[in-house]
Amino acid sequence: MSFKIVVLAKQVPDTRNVGKDAMKADGTVNRSALPAIFNPEDLHALEQALRIKDRISDAEIYILTMGPPRAAEIIREAMYRGADGGYLITDRKFAGSDTLATSYAISLAVKKLQPHLVVAGRQAIDGDTAQVGPQCAEKLNIPQVTYCEEILEIKEDQLIIKRRLERGIEIVKCKTPLLITVHSSAPTCRPRNAKLLMKYKHARTVSELVEETKDYTEMMTNKPYLRIDEWSVADLDANVDFLGLSGSPTKVKKIENVVLARKDSVTLTPEDKDMDFLMKELIDSHVIG
Amino acid sequence: MNNIFVYCEIEDGHIAEVSLELLTKGRKLANEIDRKLEAIVIGHNLGDIEKQIFPYGADVIHIADNSRLYPYLTLPHTEIIVSLFKQEKPEIALFGATSVGRDLAPRVASALKCGLTADCTSLVFGDHTENKTGKEYKNLLYQIRPAFGGNIIATIINPDTRPQMATVREGVMKKEVFNSTRKGESKHINVDTILNENHMAVEIIERHIEKQKINIKNSQIIISGGYGVGSKENFDMLYELAEIIGGEVGASRAAVDAGFVDHARQVGQTGVTVRPKLYIACGISGAVQHTAGMNESAKIISINNDPKAPINQIADYVITGNVEDVIPKMIKFYKKNTK
Repeated sequence: MSFKIVVLAKQVPDTRNVGKDAMKADGTVNRSALPAIFNPEDLHALEQALRIKDRISDAEIYILTMGPPRAAEIIREAMYRGADGGYLITDRKFAGSDTLATSYAISLAVKKLQPHLVVAGRQAIDGDTAQVGPQCAEKLNIPQVTYCEEILEIKEDQLIIKRRLERGIEIVKCKTPLLITVHSSAPTCRPRNAKLLMKYKHARTVSELVEETKDYTEMMTNKPYLRIDEWSVADLDANVDFLGLSGSPTKVKKIENVVLARKDSVTLTPEDKDMDFLMKELIDSHVIG
Repeated sequence: MNNIFVYCEIEDGHIAEVSLELLTKGRKLANEIDRKLEAIVIGHNLGDIEKQIFPYGADVIHIADNSRLYPYLTLPHTEIIVSLFKQEKPEIALFGATSVGRDLAPRVASALKCGLTADCTSLVFGDHTENKTGKEYKNLLYQIRPAFGGNIIATIINPDTRPQMATVREGVMKKEVFNSTRKGESKHINVDTILNENHMAVEIIERHIEKQKINIKNSQIIISGGYGVGSKENFDMLYELAEIIGGEVGASRAAVDAGFVDHARQVGQTGVTVRPKLYIACGISGAVQHTAGMNESAKIISINNDPKAPINQIADYVITGNVEDVIPKMIKFYKKNTK
C-alpha cells in the first residue's frame, strides 16, 4: 500500500509589494492587483513531503490548494519539483472565507483524498495567522504536530518529528493519519527538475483548457496525468452555510491604511560635528550614560 | 457565565509573562463590561499557582492538574478547554500568541466553530450595526491587528459567535499587579472524566527548552539592525555599540530572515514589542510590521542612507548615511563625551 501525502499550499499575493489598489471596498484583498507567489512556508512543506518520497519509493504527493482558477499555477510549480498531481478547490461561493470556513472546505477535500499524512506550511505571508493547519486537523479529527523542522524517522504508520519552538526544540512521536505544519527553519524546497518541467508543462485544469486556443483533447486523453482536477462546492458536497462570508465568524469591521504620524525630527549627517552634537545631547539628557 | 477567560501558559511552574499581560488586559476589559475575569491553568504539580495569578486580578481560577497535562500537548489541552467553554460560555477568550497559544487556540476555535483573530496589537470594546439586517451589537471586542504584510491595520469582530477569541504576542500588552493580596475562587477540573487515550496520540520523546536568554524587551536602549546592515559581520558593530552604551541588539524581520541575527531579537508584529528609552534603527526601512513593535519608544534615531525611508517619519533624529560610517562615530563621540 502506498503512502499518500497531501500538501496544503496557498497562492498568496506578494505582500512585500502592496500598491494602492490592493484593497476592495469591503475590506477584503484584491488579489488580482498583486503578483501571486507560492507561499514560502508551503514550499518548505513540499520539501518535507519530497524527502519522505526520497525515502519511501511508493509515496505519492498531491498538492491541495483553494483559490481562484489561476492558483493552478502553484500546483504545476509543485509538479515541476516532484509532486505527483494536485487538486484545486475553486468556486465563487468560497470567496470571503476566513480561516474557519477555509479549513472546513479544505478538510472536506482531504477527506475525499484519504491521505496518511497532511503537510502544510506553518502560515501564509498574507495573513500570518497560522490557523488553517490546526483548524483542518481538528475538522479531520486527527492529531496535529505544528512547527515541524525535520522528520527524523518514518516507520510504517509512525513518524518521529523534530519541532522548532520559540525557546527550544521538542521531539515527538505520532501515528498516522496526522497533520503537520512546517516551520520556516526547515530547509526550503529543491528547485524545479528539468525532466518534470517537460513532463508537466502542459498540465491544465478544465477552466484553463477552455481558455486555450490550442486543442488539448488528444494530449489529455493520452496523458491523463496532465489533468488537474477542480473541485467546486458541489463536488465537495459542502454545506454553503459554512462557506464564504456567511460561514466566517470573523468579520472585517474596518481597514486602515497605515500612515506614520510625522514627528519634528532633527536631521543629521555622519560628519564629526553632527555626531559629536548627537552623543552630547543624548548624554546630557540622560537618555544614555 | 459570559465572563472573560485567559489561558495561562506554564513553563517550569511559572506563569508565562504573556499570560500575566493578558490577565492585566482581561481585568480592564472585565471591569468595562462588568464581568468576571477567569483564568485557566492546565499542567501538573501546580501547587500554589493561584498565588501567581490572583494578584493580576482574576476572580476565578480553573485548575486542571494531572500528569498527562505537562509538558503541553495539543489534544488534551484542547479537550479540557473545549469542555470548560461549553459549560461556562465565555464572552471572550484570550491566548498568548506563542508556540503553545498559536497551536492551541485555532484547534479550540475550530471545535467551537467560533472566530479567532491572531496576533492582535490592541483589544477594545466598540459597537456595530450589521449593514444588511440593521441588527445592532453593543460592546463587541474590536480585535485590531496589522495584516497584509503590515501595510494595513484591520479591525476584526465576531458578531455572532462566542467566545470572541484572540491571541496576543508577548510584550504587546502591559503587565501590572492589580492587587497583591487579592484572593479569588479556585475551581478544580476533573481531568479523568474528560480525557481518554485517543487524546494522548502524540508522545514527547525529548524536550530542550532554554530559559529565555536574550530578553531585549526589558532593555532601556535597543540598537536594531535591518537588512540594510548588510551582513552578519556588520552586526558586530551594533553589538559593540550596545555593550558600550549599555543596550541590547534588536533586529527587523528582514535581518532575521537573512540570517544576520537570531529570531529572539526580532522586533515587530511577529517578534517582540519594545518601549525603550532609546531605539536606534540601523538600516531599517520601517515597514509597519516593524514600527508596530517599537513606535512607543521614547526617543528614536534612524540611521539610513535613504532620506525617504518611512521610519524617518517617526524618528526624533534622522541620520542620513551608511550604518558602517555612523556607528563607529557614535562609539567614538560617546567615549569622548563621557571622559
